[in-house]
Amino acid sequence: MDMNSFSPMMPTSPLSMINQIKFEDEPDLKDLFITVDEPESHVTTIETFITYRIITKTSRGEFDSSEFEVRRRYQDFLWLKGKLEEAHPTLIIPPLPEKFIVKGMVERFNDDFIETRRKALHKFLNRIADHPTLTFNEDFKVFLTAQAWELSSHKKQGPGLLSRMGQTVRAVALSMRGVKSRPEEFMEMNNFIEVFSQKINLIDKISQRIYKEEREYSDEMKEYGPIHILWSASEEDLVDTLKGIASCIDKCSKATEKRMCGLSEALLPVVHEYVLYSEMLMGVMKRRDQIQAELDSKVEALTYKKADTDLLTEEIGKLEDKVECANNALKADWERWRHNMQNDIKSAFTDMAEENIQYYEQIRNRGLEKSNSLYDLT
Amino acid sequence: MEQAPPDLERQWQPAPLEPLGHADAGLQAAVGEEAEGSRDEVPGDGTEHALGLGVLMTENNFGLKKIEISVSEAEKRTGRNAMNMQETYTAYLIETRSVEHTDGQSVLTDSLWRRYSEFELLRNYLLVYYPHIVVPPLPEKRAEFVWHKLSADNMDPDFVERRRIGLENFLLRVASHPILCRDKIFYLFLTQEGNWKETVNETGFQLKADSRLKALNATFRVKNPDKRFTELKHYSDELQSVISHLLRVRARVADRLYGVYKVHGNYGRVFSEWSAIEKEMGDGLQSAGHHMDVYASSIDDILEDEEHYADQLKEYLFYAEALRAVCRKHELMQYDLEMAAQDLASKKQQCEELATGTVRTFSLKGMTTKLFGQETPEQREARIKVLEEQINEGEQQLKSKNLEGREFVKNAWADIERFKEQKNHDLKEALISYAVMQISMCKKGIQVWTNAKECFSKM
Repeated sequence: MDMNSFSPMMPTSPLSMINQIKFEDEPDLKDLFITVDEPESHVTTIETFITYRIITKTSRGEFDSSEFEVRRRYQDFLWLKGKLEEAHPTLIIPPLPEKFIVKGMVERFNDDFIETRRKALHKFLNRIADHPTLTFNEDFKVFLTAQAWELSSHKKQGPGLLSRMGQTVRAVALSMRGVKSRPEEFMEMNNFIEVFSQKINLIDKISQRIYKEEREYSDEMKEYGPIHILWSASEEDLVDTLKGIASCIDKCSKATEKRMCGLSEALLPVVHEYVLYSEMLMGVMKRRDQIQAELDSKVEALTYKKADTDLLTEEIGKLEDKVECANNALKADWERWRHNMQNDIKSAFTDMAEENIQYYEQIRNRGLEKSNSLYDLT
Repeated sequence: MEQAPPDLERQWQPAPLEPLGHADAGLQAAVGEEAEGSRDEVPGDGTEHALGLGVLMTENNFGLKKIEISVSEAEKRTGRNAMNMQETYTAYLIETRSVEHTDGQSVLTDSLWRRYSEFELLRNYLLVYYPHIVVPPLPEKRAEFVWHKLSADNMDPDFVERRRIGLENFLLRVASHPILCRDKIFYLFLTQEGNWKETVNETGFQLKADSRLKALNATFRVKNPDKRFTELKHYSDELQSVISHLLRVRARVADRLYGVYKVHGNYGRVFSEWSAIEKEMGDGLQSAGHHMDVYASSIDDILEDEEHYADQLKEYLFYAEALRAVCRKHELMQYDLEMAAQDLASKKQQCEELATGTVRTFSLKGMTTKLFGQETPEQREARIKVLEEQINEGEQQLKSKNLEGREFVKNAWADIERFKEQKNHDLKEALISYAVMQISMCKKGIQVWTNAKECFSKM
């Protein structure tokens, strides 16, 4: 069994298992296997929070051991993501599940919410592990292996909160400038991201709505079936027919529940992840533009001889390298991301179609079974 | 058929009641020379209702001929109502065709327009003149058990269409009923457009109708109704209750199902827009989107068929009321009988007391006698004579009421047996066809999703 897809909840269909394997183009080269499970509630005087157990199995030399088990909370994941974005501003970092769910009065710690989050966190770490560059990130390694106190002290190193805030303000100003001088290919990319973001958000809403409608349909069917049984009590000659229909309706209700399950396992998480990805992509675009803008402002300064030309020329040289690196990194990652997105979307929707086919087949078979027996009687 | 009113009245009396167990025999005799080659299709066995046929009195009132009835069109009309105010209503075209036996061809014999209120009038007439018959119900006056897409408006074309079918069904039910098909007013309904309302009203049937109050009173006070009718009443209450419940929930289920299908249609639009920016996935998305549109629009036909099924159930929902009407009539007759018997018994007792001079029961006469002195022997004789006459009359009446009551029970029960068989047959068919509908819905679903899956897998 593929260790990569290990999770306490066994995937319900073979297809969704294959789905989980499809992170990487070359699965046989995998040497890092991560699982996220066992959510646990921790209560302190100040707060209550959930930690998740993370098990890492690896054959890589740079790891001190071949197996690690640590506990992490959501905050730790946020930290990791921040570090990755810092280190690789124009790489497409996998998205984290949201901090809160906006719609509905969902308690922070209700079971469905925790389970959905756990699955998303599992995916997050595995996506990083499968990324050709990010997988070798030092902070990633620390995240997977360090004990709690080790992680805290490691976190304290690096730029402080205040300096990070200062950077953000400057960055916004810069990115506006960067947009104007964006090369053609990135214009196209940006256009794609905008349209994609719009569409995937709509698809997310549509899929959620379908789930809701199916839930209400299933509930009504639960009341509909028994009425036929009630009726059969006063109709001697129609008992078999009425009971047959009640059985079909019951099957329909059960099949709908199963279809909903399939939807929430295969389609909804994938679509939602790509909604988050689209936000991520917009951030990546911004950061690329910022880097470009830094270069442009220095070049402009040189043109107007605003400062020491030698220093400027040196800085420009560095920044040109930086821009070229950033652009290349993004281009390569973009191709990779497009390719993965296509596969993920394809299998998610193919799964959904398959669920629907099975749904109708089940009901049809029950119906045929019942009507055949009724025709035999007449 | 144009004769003086008194004769018409006689003609409109229900035909002599035959034991309906052998109704076919009576009708076959009437059909006589018309029926060569069609002995197997005797009216009243339910087959011709399904075929859209019925029987009708021939013009010379001699035999019965096979006919086809259809309510083929509906038209909006405006006119002036009783209060001279303008109103809009729908008129329905009723076409009657005579079926020639030799070549099976049908010839249009009559065609006229009627509105819903005239159908109501016809039915009310039948209810009064055939109280022992389970009279077929009309389609609903107003749309009930509506789910959100359906309009509750009487002028809505879908409602009008379903009502047209319901009215045709009503006429066919009457025309294929062994007794009702012979009715003169029914015949005129199909053949005489002008003046029909006046003709019905001239029968004075409204006056003959039992008052609601009387019927209610009888229901509460009757002591010994036939047990079968009491059971039948309970059955019809149960039938009404369960079918109403079923129709209500079905409407909600339809609503939900509509929602599920229609939301999928949104995928179509979004996939299409998305495909514009995708090079490799574009075609797959586009064609999958098309299948989502097909899926979403398939629900309209599915639910239309289901509406037809709901109408079939509704017919039996309304039949429950017709059953109760027969039960009520029995209770009324039985109560009448009991009252008459009670009255007779008390008169007999009075007579006896007068004759023997003993007063066992309290009477006003007894009191006044005590107060004002005994009456003379002559007076007593006179009273006894009057009472004896009344007792005689009463005994005659009781005898005939008894006979009437027994005839009613016998004939009503025969029609109820006929109705039961019809109901079992029709409901079974409706339920099975509902199951078949669901299976066909599944087939369509499998088709669409298989196509969609193919498109997705090619992305």
